[in-house]
Amino acid sequence: MLHQIEGSEAVAKAVALCRPEVVCAYPITPQTHIVEGVGALVKSGKLTNCEFINVESEFAALSVAIGSSAAGARTYTATASQGLLFMAEAVYNAAGLGLPIVMTIGNRAIGAPINIWNDHSDSMSMRDAGWIQLYAETNQEAVDLHIQAFRLAEELSCPVMVCMDGFILTHAYERMDLPTQEDVDAFLPPFEPVQVLDPANPYSIGAMVGPDTFTEVRYLAHDKQLQALKLIPEIGAVFKGVFGRESGGLIHEYKTAGAETIIVALGSVNGTIKEVVDVMRGDNAAIGSVSICSFRPFPLDELRAALIHAKRVVVIEKCLAPGLGGVLASNVRMALRGATLPVYTVIAGLGGRAILMSSLQRVFTAAGEDKLLDLQFLDINQESVDHELERAGKTRQSGPTAESILRQQAKRKGVGQ
Amino acid sequence: MSEQQPQAVKFYQTGTHTVGNRLLDETKRTVQASLDRSNAITSGHRACQGCGEALGARYAIDAAMRATSGQLVAVNATGCLEVFTTPYPETSWQLPWLHSLFGNAPAVATGVAAAFRVKGRKDVRVIAQGGDGGTTDIGFGCLSGMFERNDDVLYICYDNEAYMNTGVQRSSATPPLARTATTQAIGSAPGNVFGTGKNLPLIAMAHNIPYVATATVADLHDLEYKVTKAMGMHGARYIHILVPCPLGWGSASNATIHVARLAIESGMFPLFEAEHGEVTHVSKIRRRVMVEEYLKLQKRFAHLFRKGGNDVENIARIQRMADHNIKRFSLLDEEAR
Repeated sequence: MLHQIEGSEAVAKAVALCRPEVVCAYPITPQTHIVEGVGALVKSGKLTNCEFINVESEFAALSVAIGSSAAGARTYTATASQGLLFMAEAVYNAAGLGLPIVMTIGNRAIGAPINIWNDHSDSMSMRDAGWIQLYAETNQEAVDLHIQAFRLAEELSCPVMVCMDGFILTHAYERMDLPTQEDVDAFLPPFEPVQVLDPANPYSIGAMVGPDTFTEVRYLAHDKQLQALKLIPEIGAVFKGVFGRESGGLIHEYKTAGAETIIVALGSVNGTIKEVVDVMRGDNAAIGSVSICSFRPFPLDELRAALIHAKRVVVIEKCLAPGLGGVLASNVRMALRGATLPVYTVIAGLGGRAILMSSLQRVFTAAGEDKLLDLQFLDINQESVDHELERAGKTRQSGPTAESILRQQAKRKGVGQ
Repeated sequence: MSEQQPQAVKFYQTGTHTVGNRLLDETKRTVQASLDRSNAITSGHRACQGCGEALGARYAIDAAMRATSGQLVAVNATGCLEVFTTPYPETSWQLPWLHSLFGNAPAVATGVAAAFRVKGRKDVRVIAQGGDGGTTDIGFGCLSGMFERNDDVLYICYDNEAYMNTGVQRSSATPPLARTATTQAIGSAPGNVFGTGKNLPLIAMAHNIPYVATATVADLHDLEYKVTKAMGMHGARYIHILVPCPLGWGSASNATIHVARLAIESGMFPLFEAEHGEVTHVSKIRRRVMVEEYLKLQKRFAHLFRKGGNDVENIARIQRMADHNIKRFSLLDEEAR
């Protein structure tokens, strides 16, 4: 059924349709509306048989989730940014214990400087924690991925993060098709845990494992991700059969046939990229794009097949690995190992900076002429950077960088004198 | 008030401090004396000789198992208890047991309790347990959150007054002057400093939770009684058990119970129960001893008893702490004065 609602509210409703039994809530922008929404559904009696627990921190949120999932309850929570970092220890732990928790990340930058707006620094920091990471391109896909995530998590006994861009998706009102309870029930069977705390059959879960076995345990975590590479498209196909639309999968290709330049990105920026691709295709540029839905497991073979015939790849990424460049680009290069085509890294949208079609088109055009650097920052204010470097180079006690740049920019605008 | 009050027999009338199990009514005899005790932490684990924690946990969990007819789940913080009971692929635990992290056992237990509640398994009860580091330091936030929400969890802290598993480092439960690997017995102020540390039973009481109690391994019957009482209640409950650590305290491994008893009899560790923030019962000191007797059995305080003469001033400072406890909790009755 079609609704004109906020992305967060739609996700809350989608999660409720999955009949979670325990939901832990701790507020952090821009995720908060989601747990508020689930809480309201529980409080109003629309979502029954669900314990909604207000906790004192994100670390507690995921820890409560670990306990409830280990005791066999379908469990959900959501977080973002600093909250994901604060629960980092539990993030790894949940995966190590093989607990099929589903968690939404309302993607947001990480401070300092504190910044509440969107980029992918938060979920990227946990990319190797052993969770499956799915990135939603649209709010409709965010809704659909949550429903798929529970099935995926529970089939593999592996936690799943559904990453959706903060504000751009979480706070956007748009038309979404929310499935019926009957369809979701048909798609998502009740949770049957592979391990559960039960007095009738007592297990010890979380024992100490030494050098004799640790490698094998870690290998099996990797193997679980490899199984997910097969399962994600299968679940996508079943989903299409029940709900009638394509959602999820490993990657989405857009006009890659015959493309010499292929853009690769995660999440909602793919919408803008496709618009630019359309414009440039109209100007006879041989360009296409690939949106990666499953970042963990990383679809090396599928991505290679999609990119290998291009002449160059441009990776647009909302995360910076200081001292290296791009995280996603490094993964894309792994998919293209042995091939000679250049993979350019464009860092864009950090801390919520708007990614403009005109800026993307400029970069893609330059890429088509192979005039890009290996690493560049979209729409960076080089003047500010140079000024700050010069100023900081002159005086030892140069003070905090962020505040200095703000002061300098205010001076130029003639305010704050 | 304590159920033990009406008991006609005073245990120490035999002339020793032995708890005379056979003097008790059969229904009140210790769980460990029963053939159907659960052996929840079964033998073969790797605890040190004389480990107070192994003893305390064994009695606590078996008592809880009896109180719940075996419908019990235990959550464990990282620490000695976790490590010595579960070197993979072996485990000592005869009940469902979950270890997640060092600082999250109370929250994990909240989740386990929530899962059983939502599944309608009202009969299954949850215990969380950890050492003093996992409780008073790194797990404190999660513990306070669990208390504040009044989640249906009994949390047991086995307090051996330092991070023993990592090699005896100071925690916020380490007493003043105690030597640890991070409060060395060197310099002009050897050992741990005065004026620090936190009293978690009192902090737990400040949450107005249904039940708070302290216990030691010197009186295992009292420990069992308090665990049994706690399992007869719902909501957040807290039991703080003093468990001497021969390794960390530098006490003889055959002196664990004796040292724990001296902690009580000196007033260093008051035994009490509290319900909804109010103290409801205090165990009186039977035969008062000066703190010196307690301290000198432990090498962690050896710097107070050097050949050149005792550190009278610092021993007096600790004595004042014990005196303060005695006054604050009215630990002496007329007989013991």
